[in-house]
Amino acid sequence: MAIEQDEIEKIAELARLRIPPGEINELTERLTGILALVDQLQAADTSGVEPMSNPLDAVQLLRPDAVTESNQRDAFQAIAPAVEEGLYLVPRVIE
Amino acid sequence: MHDYSLDRLAQGLREGEFSSVELTRSYLDRISALDGQYNAFITVDEEAALAAAAEADQRLATGDATALTGIPIAHKDIFCTRSLRTSCGSRMLDNFVPPYDATLIQKLNQAGAVILGKTNMDEFAMGSSNENSYYGPVRNPWNTETVPGGSSGGSAAAVAAGLAPVATGTDTGGSIRQPAAFCGITGLKPTYGRVSRLGMVAYASSLDQAGPMARSAKDCAVMMNTIAGHDPADSTSAQEVVPDYCANLEQPLEGLRIGLPREYFGEGLQGDVAQVIDAALKELEKLGAKLQEVSLPHSALTIPAYYIIAPAEASTNLSRFDGVRYGHRCEDPADLHDLYTRTREEGFGAEVKRRILVGTYALSAGYYDAYYKKAQQARRLIRQDFLDCFEQVDLIAGPTTPGTAFALGAKTADPVAMYLEDVYTLAANLAGLPGLSMPAGLADGMPVGLQLLAPHFAEQRLLQTAHLFQQTTDWHQHRPAGIKAGGQS
Amino acid sequence: MQWETVIGLEVHLQLATQSKIFSGAATQFGAEPNTQACAVDLGMPGMLPVLNEEAVRCAVLFGLGIGAEIGLRSVFDRKNYFYPDLPKGYQVSQFEAPIVGKGEFEITLSDGSSKRIGITRAHLEEDAGKSLHEDFHGMSGIDLNRAGTPLLEIVSEPDIRSAEEAVAYLKTLHSLVTYLDISDGDMSQGSMRCDINISLRPVGQEEFGTRAEIKNVNSFRFVEKAIHHEVERQMDILEDGGSVVQETRLYDADRDETRSMRSKEVANDYRYFPEPDLLPVVLDEAWVQSLRETLPELPVEKRQRFESQYGLSTYDASVLTDSRALADYFETVAADCGDAKIAANWVQVELLGQLNKSELDIANSPVSAEQLSGLIKRILDDSISGKIGKQVFEAMWNGEGDADQVIEARGLKQVSDTGALEAMVDQVIADNPDQVAQYLAADDGKRKKLVGFFVGQIMKASKGQANPRMVNELLARKLV
Repeated sequence: MAIEQDEIEKIAELARLRIPPGEINELTERLTGILALVDQLQAADTSGVEPMSNPLDAVQLLRPDAVTESNQRDAFQAIAPAVEEGLYLVPRVIE
Repeated sequence: MHDYSLDRLAQGLREGEFSSVELTRSYLDRISALDGQYNAFITVDEEAALAAAAEADQRLATGDATALTGIPIAHKDIFCTRSLRTSCGSRMLDNFVPPYDATLIQKLNQAGAVILGKTNMDEFAMGSSNENSYYGPVRNPWNTETVPGGSSGGSAAAVAAGLAPVATGTDTGGSIRQPAAFCGITGLKPTYGRVSRLGMVAYASSLDQAGPMARSAKDCAVMMNTIAGHDPADSTSAQEVVPDYCANLEQPLEGLRIGLPREYFGEGLQGDVAQVIDAALKELEKLGAKLQEVSLPHSALTIPAYYIIAPAEASTNLSRFDGVRYGHRCEDPADLHDLYTRTREEGFGAEVKRRILVGTYALSAGYYDAYYKKAQQARRLIRQDFLDCFEQVDLIAGPTTPGTAFALGAKTADPVAMYLEDVYTLAANLAGLPGLSMPAGLADGMPVGLQLLAPHFAEQRLLQTAHLFQQTTDWHQHRPAGIKAGGQS
Repeated sequence: MQWETVIGLEVHLQLATQSKIFSGAATQFGAEPNTQACAVDLGMPGMLPVLNEEAVRCAVLFGLGIGAEIGLRSVFDRKNYFYPDLPKGYQVSQFEAPIVGKGEFEITLSDGSSKRIGITRAHLEEDAGKSLHEDFHGMSGIDLNRAGTPLLEIVSEPDIRSAEEAVAYLKTLHSLVTYLDISDGDMSQGSMRCDINISLRPVGQEEFGTRAEIKNVNSFRFVEKAIHHEVERQMDILEDGGSVVQETRLYDADRDETRSMRSKEVANDYRYFPEPDLLPVVLDEAWVQSLRETLPELPVEKRQRFESQYGLSTYDASVLTDSRALADYFETVAADCGDAKIAANWVQVELLGQLNKSELDIANSPVSAEQLSGLIKRILDDSISGKIGKQVFEAMWNGEGDADQVIEARGLKQVSDTGALEAMVDQVIADNPDQVAQYLAADDGKRKKLVGFFVGQIMKASKGQANPRMVNELLARKLV
């Protein structure tokens, strides 16, 4: 399945990836190649097969409801790009 | 000393032949002298390594030592290490110093092992040549014009070049086994869930698995005894009882049934590699194994299924890198959108971006059923092939890779050609099976890896088979030209 | 044209757990920013979720409480979108296989009628953090303390037809979840938040109109106002021949209006897929059964019992069963004083009146159930009159001790001493010969009215403490 440039721009926006205008052609070509490879899957008959998301078919273990974590804000915020008064700063969020 | 087995090193440490500080110092010296040629390490903290070694020496003195106390280990730079930069081969995490240790690191630290340094890798473990690193490619010690394989290329090269006695790696589609094959070492990808994923930067959560990369199967077994086990902080971690991986290594192979999937010996397999594999299989036969042809009829689905599932999971696993809480952040973002898109454009390399885009596409509305869901269905079919096979045989064997290490730059222009490199290794991840690659011989002077695959949780069988092979052959003792082979291992 | 309002509600209920749904960080409200956000909540590299068993138990209890199907195998999914309060770039939620399936419950409306509202599903998910918009040099601040707090999202069928029904639904839901003790239901702290889907259609039309979604409304009153406002807005559009745009709107309580949230209108594609860091949650049928056996008496059952056991009206019973704590309070008073109707009256009129006036809830009532029943007992044994009782109640409310202490300290005990009362009656008769003559000349019907004058005089003379029953008896005997 060929992928169109505007479709790439749409998924790039979903993934919040900026694509410099000069790179879109090459990217389109590469992604078209990759999609051609994965499209080989379309030939497979998978009707009635249960999708498998975990190779061991294991089930979830539950954790007791206990507070085990203490405040480590200083350690976490020491490696943050921008903080003030204990908050992470981002360009203004408009609702 | 740089060629000793883990047992031999532990003995030397225990008996005072050398101290951990001396051992660590000697490796640090080798790294600073030789790693300029290979670029196997991203970060080495000499001071911290020597301090850990000194602590290990104290512990050795009290007699409270484990099999790994005082032994320097190189860690793939995907494992979070407290106070030691963990870059994952990416500009995105170039400044990331975690305030916590991965469970694997914690277990090895508790055993008294010394962190020698963090090894180079394909960015976010995405790659088969180690050319996708922000820190530049790793070179194969057997021929520095060739790639070491990927994504755990730095770990493989470090062990092959004697810059570390043993290393850790991760394997999402062959990232332990393929570089182990290219660099002539032994690497084990355990059953999915056998080793905790906590603190390991995620690539594809349902495929990722950590494991050892070493000179021998026995060294892998020693490592497994420390790193394997259930982790209550990893929901996908297996609860099966952990055996002593060193216990049955000497048990004869008599009667072991080894299946040879016809799909792994067909078109695409390089001729000289096929010859080396044939010879190795004959060796296994001599050891008592019985070979028989088997079939994995859905093998053709492996590559497409993998290159949908892995990018899909990766695309969302990598959403957390947004420049808000840690890691790279673009300069002076104009607004929130600019913060996200520019941070991610600058922080991620080309292959990572391609996989994020492919994965986003595969999960997006209108494509989910045709891609992601279908791939998950194919995944079940692929696993079923193996379960059916293991009704007839105890192990599956074949080449780890279709060819030997290729030239640097040979496949960088064509991602699809690079993806085909993983043709024999991907299935084990999709099916969650343990797999091992060991040196089987040389083709045109370059190492060839034999891959063994076993049923879930049958790592012991892989290690035992590889160990017995290594008792009667010496392919694992071969060293790249210029790397002096040492004493008996 | 006549329009019918169609409403469906999505309620986000914070579950009353100690720790987060996927991490061991505390969930306490009001902590300093980011002091309760651990590595998992912050989405640090390599961090993994582990499911909190209490969140699962709360969700299943809710399902059992509304008689819903319990998802014995439920699956967590990732809902992918970028937002600064969403650290991982995805929210872990349940999409295809929720833990609670279809159920329903009954709401009671002010006219005494009742209606069943269907529940489509309820699923577990993690809450996001908060963006604070105070000016940090033109930046917003992100607090992730709330990130990872367990939520149960309860989705109703579009069965609701008015703001009144919506509020009744929310109040019933609130009462149910507090009965089940799975949430504090505190709307002021965001423990219960509501998204309202509203559309209009011509009366008689089966097909739904285009809906607007009003996000994050956090009080009963705002729900009511937001619905009224939105219905009017949509009606204006439709009456003018326009069409409603399907969109997300925000209710602004300060301006009492809803407005479009354009920032969220960028076409979202959430790319749901099974969360690979978590495994399917498989519940044991026997465990679910054992939880079913621990279910407390629920509001509807309790209301019906109050009606039959205590002979209360439906209205009184529903007021008294509004919360489990209030119902327990009432039952303690009723049992202790031995007269359920008087107990019901005192709890509803005096107690609830004072609580509402002081904006207190029953748990913080200054007058305990034992104290109230102590007071009622004194009325029942004629130690004080009902009127004096109100004074005593006020004194108790103000912390002057229990009923007997107040009666004693203020000397409020009724005069029931026959000798003293007789003297008072004689005095009043002697002082008012005209009224006595008038009384004696009247017929029986008028006498009943006229006797009130003498009672009033005696009560005045006794400062309200004369036992009215005995006064009446004495007067009947003496006025001949």
